[in-house]
Amino acid sequence: MNIFDSKSFLLACFVLVTAMLNGITCANAASQRLVLTGSSTVAPLVGEIARRFETINPGVRIDVQTGGSARGILDIRKGTADIGMVSRALKPDETDLRAFAIALDGVSIILHANNRVNTLSKQQIIDIFTGKITNWKLVGGADARITVVTKAEGRSTLELFLHYFQLTNSAIKPHIIIGDNPQGIKIVAGNPHAIGYVSIGAAEYEAGRGAPIRLMPLDGVDASVVNVRNGTFPLSRPLNLITSREPQGLIQRFIEFARSPQIHDLVEAQYFVLFRD
Amino acid sequence: MIWSKRNILFFSVTDKLVLIVLRLGAVIAALVMLLILIFLLTESWPALIQITPTRFLTDASWHPLESTYNLTPMFSGTLLASVGALVLAIPLGLASALFIVFYASARLATSYRRLIELLAGIPSVVFGFWGLTTLVPLITQLHPPGASLLAAILVLTLMILPTITLTAFSAPQAVPDEFLRGATALGLSRWGMISGVALPAARIGIVAGIILAAGRAIGETMAVLMVAGNVVQHPAGLFDPIRTLAANIALEMAYAMGDHRAVLFVTGFLLMLLIIILAVAADWLKKNSQDWSASS
Repeated sequence: MNIFDSKSFLLACFVLVTAMLNGITCANAASQRLVLTGSSTVAPLVGEIARRFETINPGVRIDVQTGGSARGILDIRKGTADIGMVSRALKPDETDLRAFAIALDGVSIILHANNRVNTLSKQQIIDIFTGKITNWKLVGGADARITVVTKAEGRSTLELFLHYFQLTNSAIKPHIIIGDNPQGIKIVAGNPHAIGYVSIGAAEYEAGRGAPIRLMPLDGVDASVVNVRNGTFPLSRPLNLITSREPQGLIQRFIEFARSPQIHDLVEAQYFVLFRD
Repeated sequence: MIWSKRNILFFSVTDKLVLIVLRLGAVIAALVMLLILIFLLTESWPALIQITPTRFLTDASWHPLESTYNLTPMFSGTLLASVGALVLAIPLGLASALFIVFYASARLATSYRRLIELLAGIPSVVFGFWGLTTLVPLITQLHPPGASLLAAILVLTLMILPTITLTAFSAPQAVPDEFLRGATALGLSRWGMISGVALPAARIGIVAGIILAAGRAIGETMAVLMVAGNVVQHPAGLFDPIRTLAANIALEMAYAMGDHRAVLFVTGFLLMLLIIILAVAADWLKKNSQDWSASS
């Protein structure tokens, strides 16, 4: 048989590739494993924390999976995950679980700095985002069309915003849809008649660096990282790690690490607010 | 026969080695393409069997978390932005290519070409950033919200202009000198020579450049995502925001799960299909125009 015959050559290639893939999966089997499942808001942050934890604890493998806060709670009750990730405070009927906050998430409505409107009520914000109010003069501003900026489907900021204002995403009538916070801030900074919402950490940072945006107070409370941390700002939520019983061993070490100052830069890099006991 | 070993029908050791390397390269290249297709298909499979495919055309809107999956606005958005950019970039690109080849002095032509090549090398995110901070606010003053089909078309035009210019520039350069000398000898004016001899002879190269540019426009993601507004709707005018297929994937993939994720892979599949159609069209055009020039 000619070894250069194309069929047997193809076969040889396939065998080689399969063998290589097998080798890769085998090498990854480590001694200690930790499985975290739950909220897609918390997962990116926990993923970063896990990577750092793995580098200082060789031999530990951490598997972070998303599926929503509900899955995090379900998996902890079923025992299929070691730690759950939940992007809200525990409900009164969830006393069987223990929650450990690793960060806080807050959302601020932002306007252009030159916009005359100083306050907006909850109802006015709802009417603007659902297209019932389309001109700033109806809420005490200049005679100009409102540009509504909202977030793309699946983003945690959108989820928190919708939940707080009791809206569905299909009810929102947007003019611009954005992905991440910096893009939203650039759009509002470049459009005097725009209204949007972004993570408070990102908004405060950019406003501090001179971006022409203004963070709107909500229910009379100023939108600031400080007010999210002390719990007075309404449009915020804790990001929790949950376990079913008092954490021990590796689980305890990971939770302590996730709440330690060693990962503060990771929390800030994702525009979340530092949690301090 | 002593020299039979030199016959090309018998492989020497070097030939065999080269053959192995070439075959390996070919197999890997084909495998990558095949794996991408298989990957797209397996990832979008859950959506394709759970959701009747007609729903991608007939659903009320695109709200995947509320289980409505209409993809047609993004399809039309992608096509409109790409066609609009081509309409602007083709005349501009051709004009600057002709300028370099036939009108500019040698020194000017070189520096102008360098400039166009530089434009081709600028990363797309830079175009997007410029569009977001300069172009969109400008359009906002004209007609809010600014982020719009028009902004997407203008940014895409800038991005595909160098592709068209550079391919259109090398095509008339490859036209045999005798053709041009012949035309000059016949007493044709310079424009007569360009329109009557150089352009028809360079037609295939120019069309290939346009197809390449169209592919780039359809697949461009970051720059369009930053300036197009990304609202999923059929635009009623140039100032309405649009969302392209590529931008849809980039916007939502990071946080998508379950069906939402699978439908985003369907979006990717659609994008791939669009590019395949474009490639087939290019092939068909090339064949047909060759037949045409052979018969004429």
